[in-house]
Amino acid sequence: MHADPKGVLTGIHFIDGDYAACEGALAAGCRFVAGYPITPSTEVVERFASRIPMVGGVFIQMEDEIASSIAIQGAVWGGKKVMSVTSGPGLSLMMEHIGYAAITETPSVWVDVQRGGPSTGLPTLPAQADMMQVKWGSHGDYEVIALSPNSPQECFDLIIKAFNLAEEYRCPVFFMMDEVVGHMTERVVIPPADQIEIAPRKWTTKPPGEFRLYETTATDLVPEMIKAGDGYRVHVTGLTHDERGYPAMNPQAQDALIRRLKDKIAKNSEKLVDVRMDGVEGADVVVLSYGITSRIVTAALEEARKRGVKVGHLRLITCWPFPAGLVREIASKAKAIVFPELNMGQMVLEAERAVAGKIPVISVPHAGGTVHDPDVIVENIMEVAR
Amino acid sequence: MSEPQVLDLEEEYGLENPVMPYLRKDRIPHIWCPGCGIGTTVNCFARALTDAGMDLDTIAVVSGIGCTGRVAGYLNLDSFHTTHGRAIPFATGLKLANPGMKVVVYSGDGDLFSIGGNHFVHAARRNMDLMVVCVNNFTYGMTGGQVAPTTPIGPTQTTMPYGNFEPPFNLPFLAEACGAVYVARWTVYHVRQLAKAMKEGLQKKGFVFIEALSPCPTLYARRNRLGDGVDQVKYYKERSTIRNGAHTKEVGISYQGDIIVGKFVERERPTWLECMNEHFAKVLGDKYTPYGGSHVQD
Repeated sequence: MHADPKGVLTGIHFIDGDYAACEGALAAGCRFVAGYPITPSTEVVERFASRIPMVGGVFIQMEDEIASSIAIQGAVWGGKKVMSVTSGPGLSLMMEHIGYAAITETPSVWVDVQRGGPSTGLPTLPAQADMMQVKWGSHGDYEVIALSPNSPQECFDLIIKAFNLAEEYRCPVFFMMDEVVGHMTERVVIPPADQIEIAPRKWTTKPPGEFRLYETTATDLVPEMIKAGDGYRVHVTGLTHDERGYPAMNPQAQDALIRRLKDKIAKNSEKLVDVRMDGVEGADVVVLSYGITSRIVTAALEEARKRGVKVGHLRLITCWPFPAGLVREIASKAKAIVFPELNMGQMVLEAERAVAGKIPVISVPHAGGTVHDPDVIVENIMEVAR
Repeated sequence: MSEPQVLDLEEEYGLENPVMPYLRKDRIPHIWCPGCGIGTTVNCFARALTDAGMDLDTIAVVSGIGCTGRVAGYLNLDSFHTTHGRAIPFATGLKLANPGMKVVVYSGDGDLFSIGGNHFVHAARRNMDLMVVCVNNFTYGMTGGQVAPTTPIGPTQTTMPYGNFEPPFNLPFLAEACGAVYVARWTVYHVRQLAKAMKEGLQKKGFVFIEALSPCPTLYARRNRLGDGVDQVKYYKERSTIRNGAHTKEVGISYQGDIIVGKFVERERPTWLECMNEHFAKVLGDKYTPYGGSHVQD
């Protein structure tokens, strides 16, 4: 289906990534946001607060991030598409409810405009240091999806994809911005509503007597949805539950539920791969990157190529699930992988795991606060190309 | 281990428990101890649902974690068992997303007032249209009898092994100060009054707070040699005084002391959604898209 024109600000804009993400969310059908102020993400909710009265929906500034992260889930079960927006410290507070969204399969988008950490860290300066937190931050085993934009235009385009994936897979979907992407202002083209594809919620067509809240089939591991008030009289719990949604605290129920929560993403991980490749075929050195760092890599690549190195670039749009198959394939052809990140080496661990020692994987860490100097990336490329 | 045997009155004698239509029969037996008062409050709630004459499909119950947190799971309504302390913000999202629903938060004193205290004060301040039922047993039951923010000074709890020395909250006073439009307290001895308060709460618009004192015979009473559930209900009977309209400042509870019960507060304030709609209509005029239906945009 197409976007509701009411939320789509069709035209050419000159806005920052935070505003673009908000416009993308509105275009995707997001009509409920519960937020809490935190730099550098606040502009997303400020924009939403100013736009939603005209579009039709609700913004509420809650008392803290814990409240925001569960209020949005109440709103999902009330029938709305939702997001919460935060940065590192707020995300840390939200973690228990990431787990609640995972186990109750509440479709939800979580925008994280990353800043330097740990703790209060660098509130106004960039980092990409929450990549592992979003994957592993809540307790227990579950899967998430995480997308990483590198421009305001992508903040618009990819957050729509994030909303669509949340509906299709019914899991937490993270939108991994950073301070630079959030605050950089660029041209953003918002297409007409009828050119924006929207994934509808997976509403059940079964009548109340036949519907089971978490019933799935062998091929479709994602259950159908209802909302409160439609006569289904469902029970939703964060306890391990059976297909009816009733608490079932035994190893068998736990095994069935946790395996399905993992499998619904893992078995579709090939389908979820979204990357941009530049000169990867035939390259001796392949640089991996995501988010703002991918733009620095573009400059580094230009310089390294000038110096005669056959270097390619694999940019991750989908960071989680990690495109392990693709990286393994690269390891069978290239001589080395170079992986700059605005953290002390997080996603590089996934690359190392995929490569399994076949070729060197060189981490180019950065503690955050600014972006990499392209020369540092060039040096690392030259070093391994030698 | 074999499944516990349940006496099915319907099957055995052709009788149906009048509360049964409100329960998920396939989830009985419940987990509550003999002598616990939570089930009594659920009986009162079922009575209130009947008396309020509401369409059960429009009522949602949201619970946190703990013994009372299990209420949601036994009610045959749209019911949500959320995380510890967060029933109120979940209910806030549910209510705002689907304003046609009557949303009831049903949870315990530790859940609502310790870990969830901040959410309670803000929801009351906003006059969020929610009915909050707090079953107050003065302790953390599910985790084994730890001190709660409602525990009176004196009794022993597992984390206050030499007796509690922390002053407790006076819940009705807190609720009134934060802005609740309806505040009542009853005990599980006062089943008719409690059911009536719940009925009034269901029909009242805005933030409603009902405190229901309830025995925890297994932990609170036994540890402090207060007898069983019946002994606790006897205490409620003997030491309770009904004072409707009492000043909430004066209704604090001391250990095994006098209990003032009644309807303390009933007043009018616009709800959060009413304020939002009215304000935006005023300042934005025709540009504003009035909000309030349960329409869902895919």
